[in-house]
Amino acid sequence: MRESIIMKIHYGTALGAVALVAVHILMRMSQKFSDSLQYQNVIANYHFLPYALMLEVLLILLSVHGFNGLRVILLELKQGSTYERMINYGSLAAMAALIAYGSRTILMAGMGVS
Amino acid sequence: MAVVAAKPSEEPKSNTKITGQTNTITLRISRSNPSEGQESTFAEFQVPVQKWTTVLEAILYVKQNFDHSVAVRYSCRQASCGSCGMKINGRPALACYTKVSELNSNVVTVEPMNNFPIIRDLAVDFKQLISNHKKMKPFIIREDSEVTPESKEFIQTPQDLEKFLQFSYCIKCGLCNSACPTMATDESFIGPQGLAQAYRYVADNRDKGKDERLKVIDDSHGIWRCHFAGSCSHVCPKGVDPAMAIQLLRGYMLGFRK
Repeated sequence: MRESIIMKIHYGTALGAVALVAVHILMRMSQKFSDSLQYQNVIANYHFLPYALMLEVLLILLSVHGFNGLRVILLELKQGSTYERMINYGSLAAMAALIAYGSRTILMAGMGVS
Repeated sequence: MAVVAAKPSEEPKSNTKITGQTNTITLRISRSNPSEGQESTFAEFQVPVQKWTTVLEAILYVKQNFDHSVAVRYSCRQASCGSCGMKINGRPALACYTKVSELNSNVVTVEPMNNFPIIRDLAVDFKQLISNHKKMKPFIIREDSEVTPESKEFIQTPQDLEKFLQFSYCIKCGLCNSACPTMATDESFIGPQGLAQAYRYVADNRDKGKDERLKVIDDSHGIWRCHFAGSCSHVCPKGVDPAMAIQLLRGYMLGFRK
């Protein structure tokens, strides 16, 4: 994939994540902050499908943005084709792993499995 | 230039005379020869200067009177050739364009530019800079030509010219690359000089090679690795603003500019 496409995704995911994190923070304000952290209220978030979907999208945006950022930092630290291929595939794998693990958590909490 | 020898323990070899008011400064020159495994050390010389003495003149004074083996690259002595770039009191600058008096210090330290392999002392290797410059295809690309009999000259308005004019003032001195923090860690990075040259031709309305150039800079060590520190623009002796060129080029890459 061309670097410009990757960077468009990088900037897009950053903007998307800022918007969704703002919604996430605003949702905390719909009740007292300490109440919003109560076990049953947290679980209720996952049972509310639109909010659970938003968390899933937020997870994807942050994973893609974060691991691409890490990839860029690592590419600047050291150069070499083997190293770069390792970093590119490594970040993709880490990105996929985090999304899979986070999705599993969202899904299990949504279905009431703990 | 000022002309009295002055290392306390040494007498100058030439019999030059004082003209005008002189001050004596300590010139610290970084000496190294990596090809022979010689690590960097500083040699100190007492050099007389007048208010118009440039750092290059002070170095040449040392070569003439104390140590002719000091390696320094220079040519035009008027900030046109871009040969005498070096770190002067920690800041990349042209030695011929920096007066000792404007440094406001009695100790002047000169070192080779950062982010370039050292050949010897103050002389660095420009191979990568020139190679990156060439990669940008620094010429007008189009099939027709204004020198063929049937064609007319390619008209440009002053506004068209204004878009790239400052970037054509680049003298390839390498100071921008030397000041760039990304170049310090990423040796494959194209660098502000190359990117500014890419913009110079992309923004030229006579040129038809935009896509070719954008493809070259759209690399994992290309334009996206710039973090906009802006130090390249800060040190340019010709008033070129590579940081702005990079941001404008990104506009082309992201589709904001056509």
